[in-house]
Amino acid sequence: MAKLTFSIGGIHPADNKLARDCKIETLPLPDTVYVSMAQHLGAPATPVVAVGDSVKAGQVIGEASAFISARVHSPVSGTVKSVAPRKDLAGFSCMHVEIAVEGDEWAEGIDLSPDLVTAIPEDRDFILDRIKACGVVGLGGATFPTHVKLNPPAGKTAECLILNGAECEPFLTSDYRILLERTDEIVVGAAIMQKVLGGCPCVIGIEENKPEAIAAVGLALQRLGYPGIRVETLKKRYPQGGEKQLIDAVMHRQVHSGGLPIDVGAVVQNVATALAVYEAVQKNKPLVTNVLTVTGDCISPEKQHNYLFRIGMPLSWIAGLDGGVPEAAVKIVSGGPMMGKAVANFDAATVKGSSSILYLGESTRRRSESPCIRCGRCADACPMGLEPFLLKKLYAFGDTEALERNAVQDCIECGCCQYSCPAFLPLLDNIRMAKSQIMGIIRARNAKK
Amino acid sequence: MTQTVIWTVAILTVLGLLLSLLLFWVARKFRVEEDPRIDDIEKTLPGANCGGCGFAGCRAFADAAVKAGNLDANYCPVGGNEVMKRVAAILGCEVKEAPALVAVVRCNGSCANRPRCNIYEGERSCKVKAALYGGDTLCSFGCLGCGDCVAACQFGALSMNEESSLPEVDESKCTACGKCASVCPKRIIELRGKGPRGMREYVSCVNKDKGPVARKACAAACIGCGICVKTCQHSAIRLEDNVAYIDYSKCKLCRECEAVCPTGAIHGVNFPKPLDKEAVKKRIEERKAREKAAAETEKKEVNNG
Amino acid sequence: MDRLTVSPSPHLHAKASTDRIMLDVVIALTPAIIVSILFYGWSELLVLAVSAVSCVGLEYLIARFLMKRTSRFSGTSALVTGLLLAMNLPATTPWWIVLLGAVFAIAVVKMSFGGLGQNLFNPAIAARVFLLVSFPVAMTDWRMPEGFVGAVDAVSGATPLGLIKEGLKSGHSISEVLSASGLDASSVLRDIGGSAGEVSAIAILLGFCYLLIRKVVKPWIPLSIVGTIALISFVFNAFDPEHFTGVGFNLLTGGVLLGACFMATDYVTSPMSNWGGVVFGVGIGIIVMSIRYFGSYPEGMSFAILIMNCFVPLINRAFHQKKFGRA
Repeated sequence: MAKLTFSIGGIHPADNKLARDCKIETLPLPDTVYVSMAQHLGAPATPVVAVGDSVKAGQVIGEASAFISARVHSPVSGTVKSVAPRKDLAGFSCMHVEIAVEGDEWAEGIDLSPDLVTAIPEDRDFILDRIKACGVVGLGGATFPTHVKLNPPAGKTAECLILNGAECEPFLTSDYRILLERTDEIVVGAAIMQKVLGGCPCVIGIEENKPEAIAAVGLALQRLGYPGIRVETLKKRYPQGGEKQLIDAVMHRQVHSGGLPIDVGAVVQNVATALAVYEAVQKNKPLVTNVLTVTGDCISPEKQHNYLFRIGMPLSWIAGLDGGVPEAAVKIVSGGPMMGKAVANFDAATVKGSSSILYLGESTRRRSESPCIRCGRCADACPMGLEPFLLKKLYAFGDTEALERNAVQDCIECGCCQYSCPAFLPLLDNIRMAKSQIMGIIRARNAKK
Repeated sequence: MTQTVIWTVAILTVLGLLLSLLLFWVARKFRVEEDPRIDDIEKTLPGANCGGCGFAGCRAFADAAVKAGNLDANYCPVGGNEVMKRVAAILGCEVKEAPALVAVVRCNGSCANRPRCNIYEGERSCKVKAALYGGDTLCSFGCLGCGDCVAACQFGALSMNEESSLPEVDESKCTACGKCASVCPKRIIELRGKGPRGMREYVSCVNKDKGPVARKACAAACIGCGICVKTCQHSAIRLEDNVAYIDYSKCKLCRECEAVCPTGAIHGVNFPKPLDKEAVKKRIEERKAREKAAAETEKKEVNNG
Repeated sequence: MDRLTVSPSPHLHAKASTDRIMLDVVIALTPAIIVSILFYGWSELLVLAVSAVSCVGLEYLIARFLMKRTSRFSGTSALVTGLLLAMNLPATTPWWIVLLGAVFAIAVVKMSFGGLGQNLFNPAIAARVFLLVSFPVAMTDWRMPEGFVGAVDAVSGATPLGLIKEGLKSGHSISEVLSASGLDASSVLRDIGGSAGEVSAIAILLGFCYLLIRKVVKPWIPLSIVGTIALISFVFNAFDPEHFTGVGFNLLTGGVLLGACFMATDYVTSPMSNWGGVVFGVGIGIIVMSIRYFGSYPEGMSFAILIMNCFVPLINRAFHQKKFGRA
């Protein structure tokens, strides 16, 4: 079978899937959880519990406050200790609900049995309401509220649902593990989303370095027999799992600059989101759990894990289960090593989109910069066809017109340019700033119109 | 030979004459009428083209001023009142006197006061750092120390103090153009009234966290206790989001707030004598006792009356 | 781990570095260097050593004391410049001329523009041209190979290109010149008198293959240079073989291979896009052949590269990467 891939740029970092053979383990419960109200893209949720309230797992504790926002549920049963600002992993304050854990009692109406429910509800609005009520957000990194994404604006129809199982970031294995261990549920989740989108075909894209997952999904598709879902092998190439790159690879269509995937008839969802959708719709279980990988290049194999965690668990507590932060760790990253965020506050709590605790050793240190030798490797690596060396220079000159002409606003911040620069120049550091500046200018101009 | 020379001279002369006529005609035809006052004002202005006035440069300022015919929307912070008076004389209009301003760094987060809890690696730019995370201390409001302000200052008035890793303002060079204040992503730098003989009082902190959190992050943080607000007799201090702010137009430089501040977040600069905290505190206590006594007598009088 | 490090993404970096790239170029040059030392002996070694040492030393001195740079000094790029310069000079070049060339390459062409990455012209080529116009006699003293493996008699002679140019000027045809000088087409692959880098095509191609495998350079610039030269010489040779030299001769003589593989592919002074590289290469090919066929110099590779260096900023402006999602 032909392997699909995107058409421009890309890099081939060593995939380092060190935790690929570690089965998903369920974490015990800590004494206290801290549930952030800003776990999704958009407006933070409004806390609807007060100090002293006793809550059950799965009970709503934060209500969506705007169109683009999502509900937050309690991951545990216990008593609300405080509703106060707390620092997130970047060190910024945001509203958290602190809950002292007592037992593990779930709210009523939640099906906790492991039985697979294959019958999909007929009513589209019912499905969307369930997804919304259960606070499902995209788990591929952007945490965009899923019910909004599954409800294309009038006049736009989905022609293809793409399920992203590429997991192109090195080190991460959580998607791989759920593809192996929760295959059937993911397929049912895909069928549910397919239904919501009006029965368009669905492609589950998986990178070639995960043949076991490809085989498992293939078997599950045969067994469950939903029409119009197929699995495709993707080339191992970063950023294969980038939304625009994935659409290019699967549908051979390029989302135009400033456009949305739905403009070319595509809806992309992560496989972990499909699992969350399954649990929400078929089991009425809110999104309070997810799988994260504990891995890194400076920890021993027995300390590599894939954990089923509940939101609100402090990262440092999870690390403490295995002896705390390893001595050799220079940096802790939450998310993949290419696009993930470095952790400034290790006491921060897990959120819906947490995908890893990644310990990186000396290799992650920035090396001293040298002058640009115009080798063009950044431009060759850029999957958006931009010229990072030029953008950095234009940003230094403050030439906003030229920046916009050279499409800095198209940057997807994948980091390929900075990864491949032999002069160790902080290309993306600067381009990110340039992008936000130009995006501001474009927004202001559009608002004027 | 002679003929060649003659011809050359003749042709060149004629050519020169023709071209000068052409130039003359072009100059007449395409002449742009410009108010000479624009040039005069531009010459009067400092010529730094810093943009501190809100215009692209001194020429744009002069152009706008002449067009408007008054100076209501124009003020050159670099030139100050002196230059503005001269500009007003050229335009023949009035100018409002503005207080002289100076850039003030409102952060106490030196390495000693505010321990570093992580190491930043990456482009040395406050803007990049601020977009990434809360900073390398527990205070996510304070100075990030990468020196964007120093790089932005055209007048060389800012420098990084290596020891404290905070920027310092050289008041003799600062022209209050506001460039540093606008590039600081944490909005720490404020243009404040210079005060008589440079004396001024300000809260050197912008931390909005609650008291204990702020205190944990930085030993000299404003903890929003409000003692200064209660002490101030001139209602010059207000407390917003757990930070005190001194309105420099109301401050009478009595230095009482500075004396009572429990963390030393309030700074007084350029005073001839160092602050004698005890004496000021005693003065406040005496005043309070007096006020209390007066209130009691009044009460008695009311009761008696 | 005392305190954690925090930095913007990406948190990984490829193994590539500027030093490693320059080192790769040095490795790629090694076969050609060895061959030229074998052919020309100690004198060639002296030229190489003087050139390399003075280039690296000068760059260090200028960076540290004139430009007051405090960052870590890396001499790898100056080393490449030095080696390339030496390979463009006759083995008989006196050491002080080599030194002068190094000063010109590093001080004038490279550092005065701001150092690595800022220069408009290829320093080694510019220095060679500078020496060629300043010391025409010393620079064209191409002695026939008399190195460690030298079986040929030590005759001082002109390069084949020079021989033919002279012959054509004095009204002879190419075949006459060739038979008179005892050269035949098969000798060119092994040992033709000329500048050090010109003597062995195989050694140069070997090095170039290494660069291709290491993905240091892309093949488009050399291919388009070679292709253009081949096409032009094929057409002209077919039209009049007595006055225009043939394809094989034009490709294997002079500095074509060394220039195409190592000089024209210099990152700093060549276009960044693939199509830009093709335009650049075709331009070089046309200029080389114009000089060889119609100019007064026997060889034009250096001039061709220098002239096309001027056009690089324009080419970079004209050819951009194909952008995603933009028609």
